[in-house]
Amino acid sequence: MSAHHTTSFRPVTVPPLAGRKRLTLPAFRLPAWAISWLQVSPLAFILIVLFALPTILFLAVSFFDYDRTGIYPAFILDNYHDLLSTPSTYRVYLSSLKFASIVWAITLFLGFNIAWFLVHHIRSAMVRTVLFLLCAIPFWTSGIIRTIAWIPFLGRNGAFNQILMALHITDKPLEFLLFSDFAVIVTYVHLFTLLMIGPIANSMAKIDPALLEAARDAGASRWQVMLNVVIPLSKTGIALGSILVFTQVMGDYFVVRQMSGGQSASIVSMLSTEIQAMQYPPASANAMVLVVFVAIMVAGMMRVVDVRKELVK
Amino acid sequence: MMVGGTPRERITGNRPWTFRLLVILFTLYMAFLYGPMLVIYVLSFQGENGGVTFPMVGTSVTWFQAILQPGQMANIPVSFSRSVSLAAVVSGLTVVFSVAAGLGFRRNFPGSGVVFYLALASLVMPSLLVGFGIGLGFQFLGWQPSLFTSALGAQLTWTLPFGLFAMFAVVNRFNRSWEEAARDLGASAWQRLRYVTLPILLPGIIGVAMGAFTLSYDEYARTTLTIGPKNTLPLEIYALISSATSPTLFAIGTLTTGGSFLVIAVTLIVVMRLQRRRTAASLKVG
Repeated sequence: MSAHHTTSFRPVTVPPLAGRKRLTLPAFRLPAWAISWLQVSPLAFILIVLFALPTILFLAVSFFDYDRTGIYPAFILDNYHDLLSTPSTYRVYLSSLKFASIVWAITLFLGFNIAWFLVHHIRSAMVRTVLFLLCAIPFWTSGIIRTIAWIPFLGRNGAFNQILMALHITDKPLEFLLFSDFAVIVTYVHLFTLLMIGPIANSMAKIDPALLEAARDAGASRWQVMLNVVIPLSKTGIALGSILVFTQVMGDYFVVRQMSGGQSASIVSMLSTEIQAMQYPPASANAMVLVVFVAIMVAGMMRVVDVRKELVK
Repeated sequence: MMVGGTPRERITGNRPWTFRLLVILFTLYMAFLYGPMLVIYVLSFQGENGGVTFPMVGTSVTWFQAILQPGQMANIPVSFSRSVSLAAVVSGLTVVFSVAAGLGFRRNFPGSGVVFYLALASLVMPSLLVGFGIGLGFQFLGWQPSLFTSALGAQLTWTLPFGLFAMFAVVNRFNRSWEEAARDLGASAWQRLRYVTLPILLPGIIGVAMGAFTLSYDEYARTTLTIGPKNTLPLEIYALISSATSPTLFAIGTLTTGGSFLVIAVTLIVVMRLQRRRTAASLKVG
């Protein structure tokens, strides 16, 4: 693919044939890489000014000193020391990591199978579009509303308990459904499965059906086709979806606060308490630790699948 | 077109057992996805004396009327119009910048790796931290955060990487030989872009625009520390939750879904018209 693309693109115009004059000859032609730079520069500029510089800023602030009245430029490691010597820091990281891995496993299972169903099993393009839209429409409602939508559903007198009791599966309402780790995980899966379906479906759509037929003809079982053809060819989507779901859960501060009933905290909710108290240096240190943690996890996933090589062809 | 199964299966329509299993899974997922949504649609018609949970105490449209009246806690109509105008600007900028960058990434250029990882980092950065950094920066510079400065910037750090990654997928499917044919026929760079590249990429570009609009419209964590004194809709909703919960929130959810269906229907019709016109044009040419 990439070889074809680079060779077939000719940045320099072919010299005009002898005897045939071109009417407009550009006096000056930018080299191809310079055109790319011009095209990419607005995006790069915004990301540098609004993402990279602020990140460097709170990296600097994380070494600052502070008291109740203000913050003072300094280079001290106290903020990190305080953070890393508090047992609750590790507890919160551990609990976030637990949520992230459970939600990752569930959304991966759901996302992969649903993407496969939509891309491979649905034959009509129209039906496929409609089903995709059905998956996407709840995404349009505010995440906050979708989170609290679970409260009347899972609550003591909620719809789910009513259904269970009407079906005589249980004779008294289940209490563990709401304001628990269970509720947190259910909400995350509800919010983030689409982030898995999208990238995986995109990867799967590029698989040539002839490959699957060839594998079947060569005697591969359904399971073998899945394992040796479909999964390897969808790995970019799987990696991208995993990165998105994982980082969303690690960066969440609304769902845990709302749905755990105060039993769990999240890293970012801890951080936002510090920000509200205007304790910017410890909040910055906290933020840096989270950034490094997420970066290491994402880099680990990128080592397994080189997303860049697969995406930019 | 993706067509599953062996040729015999395709003709007789026999589906493998995995198909049935996946239909069940998909149906269950739909029930899971829409179950709580249906509950809030129903509860948004809660009677005047009812609360945010079952049982229903009669039915009414009180909560829909409540949306339109500016309350003490939240002013929904004004914050809604702020959210929509911000989302429109974000969506426009995202389309222009990410389509340009997506086209730029088709060639290898020095520094492409840096830009790629910058975009990826911006995408995976915990959202609140982006807002925190920008908010800090504004504070240091002595600037007042506001809707179309800091909040707009904070949202772009989220929608631009999304747009870029979506454009990779769109551009990958684009067949370069169309452009070459246009070039061989003497089209200028501008003509190639205007009459060949952009029309072919249009469905993907509409997708990017709609995606960016949605991301901006729902954005909470990046915006909360960068918005200044005037809230967007998600921030108003958050304020409503922390004060007193009423079925108004559910009414907002119901209206949003209704609006989404409307927008999607209109978009589908437009895209289908486009495709029909294109097919007709290509038939005429062919």
